[in-house]
Amino acid sequence: MNLVLNIIISGLISGSVFALLAIGFSLIFGVARIVNIAHTAFYMVAAYCIYIVTHQMGFHPIWAMIAAIVLVTLLGIICYKIFINPIREHEGAVLIATIALAMAFQEIMALIFTGTYLSVPSLVKGYFLILGVKVFYQQLLTFLVAMLIMAVLWVLLTKTKLGLAIRSTAQDREVANLMGINESQVAMMTMGASVGLAALTGAVVVPLTILEPHMWMHPLIMMMAVVVLGGLGSLKGSFLGAYILGFAEALVVFLAPMGAFLKGSVALSIMILVLLIRPEGLFGVSFEEER
Amino acid sequence: MERWKRRIFILAMGFLFAMASFTVALGQEIKIGVIGPMKFVQGIGHWNGATMAAEELNAKGGIQVGNQKMKVQIIQADSNEFLNVTDATNAMERLITKDKVHFVVGGFRTEAVLPMQDIAMENKKIFIGVGAAHDELCLRVAKNYNTYKYWFRGSPFNSSFLGRTSFIHLGTVGAILKQSLNIPKVKVAIVAEKAEWTEPMIKAAEGAIPSMGMETVGVWRPSPVATDVTAELSAIQRSEAQMIFTIFSSSVGIPFARQAGELKIPAVQVGINVEAQKDGFWQATQRMGNYVATMNTYARGVEYNELTKPFVDTYVKRFGETPTYTADTYAAIVYTLAPAIEKLGTLDPDKLVAFMENDVHKAPSGVVAYLKDAEGRHLHELRWGPGYLTALGVQWQDGELKAFWPNKWKAVPEAPEITYKGIVPYKIPPWMIEKYKK
Repeated sequence: MNLVLNIIISGLISGSVFALLAIGFSLIFGVARIVNIAHTAFYMVAAYCIYIVTHQMGFHPIWAMIAAIVLVTLLGIICYKIFINPIREHEGAVLIATIALAMAFQEIMALIFTGTYLSVPSLVKGYFLILGVKVFYQQLLTFLVAMLIMAVLWVLLTKTKLGLAIRSTAQDREVANLMGINESQVAMMTMGASVGLAALTGAVVVPLTILEPHMWMHPLIMMMAVVVLGGLGSLKGSFLGAYILGFAEALVVFLAPMGAFLKGSVALSIMILVLLIRPEGLFGVSFEEER
Repeated sequence: MERWKRRIFILAMGFLFAMASFTVALGQEIKIGVIGPMKFVQGIGHWNGATMAAEELNAKGGIQVGNQKMKVQIIQADSNEFLNVTDATNAMERLITKDKVHFVVGGFRTEAVLPMQDIAMENKKIFIGVGAAHDELCLRVAKNYNTYKYWFRGSPFNSSFLGRTSFIHLGTVGAILKQSLNIPKVKVAIVAEKAEWTEPMIKAAEGAIPSMGMETVGVWRPSPVATDVTAELSAIQRSEAQMIFTIFSSSVGIPFARQAGELKIPAVQVGINVEAQKDGFWQATQRMGNYVATMNTYARGVEYNELTKPFVDTYVKRFGETPTYTADTYAAIVYTLAPAIEKLGTLDPDKLVAFMENDVHKAPSGVVAYLKDAEGRHLHELRWGPGYLTALGVQWQDGELKAFWPNKWKAVPEAPEITYKGIVPYKIPPWMIEKYKK
């Protein structure tokens, strides 16, 4: 029983981290067809922002979190205007530009902070017990934030005018334009929201991990796996895909401790298996219908 | 008249030749390549140690080579070996072919040092490895002496000796737990990152733990760059282990220590955690790395011999942190290379190898001597044991890295006890005492 509970808790927590990253990535792909490889690099920049504000400026982590989200969102919008918008029509060029952007962020951070491993304090310190299983408050916070973000996104997309504009743009850019929607502005706002989500993920996850300039690479692989598994551009698919891979990782660690390092590989293998059976991903078709 | 002209011409040429030779001799330097992951702490240690060595030798006018003093020039090469082994081999090629170094020191990951070693050996460059621990690096010397004789291990001693030392630490701490907490049979979880150098250590640990009267409850193999190990820690807690034998050289050592400390996992950590050897560990774990124990080469206030204190103090003063074992590039240059060059008065690698492999000398971390294998073949492998190199068992105690081993240690029952100056008692984490002292 205790083992099952361990797997459930561990899977939910890993899944929440993947979900937070994948939702932001899916959002901008679904709306503007931008494959933003730099998504997790923004997550890394947010983490360093928190480090600067807490360690070098001495502020409380909550202020650091707010500052990181605001600054990284602004950075995302600036990057969109300068690097992505001019080449948006060429999806391949956008892909390469975002890879270059991510590498540039990595090298800038390496120049400033070197490769030294750093860390930031938790927003909520300590842990609690669920039937004998220890869970960090910070992990609970990550789970709750993932749930909250899904709820907020659902409300935003279905109950607001901006959501309607985003969905219309996602459905057909040209028709949305003809209907008077400023498609470019919607894409920019979606980019801001997407990068903001990456920053938020960085803010809640970074106390559980370590900062170093290459910290964006592993989450990028897992995030890509999640969105491909769930169906490119599908928020629902990303959410479900994230938890499937989260549970796959937990199962490997608990049932095959000698192969704990294979947890990422096993998760990716599951993605490949699903794609062999359903090439469009879990919710690929449903999303097309929604659109 | 013609004869005079010819004589003057010959004299002038001779004078010019002599002047040119003198100028070349004056301008000559001993070039030492320092290779390592320079954006990471390990590479920074390599560079800092070599910088200190060059400054110290050059302040004395350089190294005496025959009848001339030659200054030491160190050349940095970023191997980027944590991310790309090809970068490491390219860096080594560049040092040898473009920078034309005489010697190379450094290297960290065995996976990268093996191909770097091949390049250095092909070019007959003496390469003193300061970082990689795999036995194979020195076994190559015995297997193919003519090719690999230019390789020497500088630091740390090999995986087998690292394993042996960490088993002694494990046994020492296990005995303390048994005695202080009345645990009849201590349970041990082995947690080793997935890397080549850990493989022989895991096998040896699985054999050694039962022979020390303890029980292995499982082996966990997280990725070397894992950032979340809560699942592994939950599984370890479920196994009811009282000790965790860690074998980490990569970043995973930080989240493991931090998350274990934050979750107050009732098991002490002993073994190798390279990240825990650094001053930055305390901040990196947000003070949650308290009571983590690891093997280490240096600790402030601990002295192996009269060379330790001046080295550690100068390093701390110069770079603001305690040296880790990759800073032993200092010892490789100052105590291994320089005396050999001065003694023989040459930079000829073959003559130097013949001298170095039989040389026994003091260094800040103990006495350096090189081993031969069972068949009497040279290994260029560091000798481990009392009177030579032993390393330290260190533990984080309230923000300070303190050495707890060797403390009245006897290698064999009839051997004299060894305790270095500055050793303190091991501390059991309070949550362990709370759980087991009932």
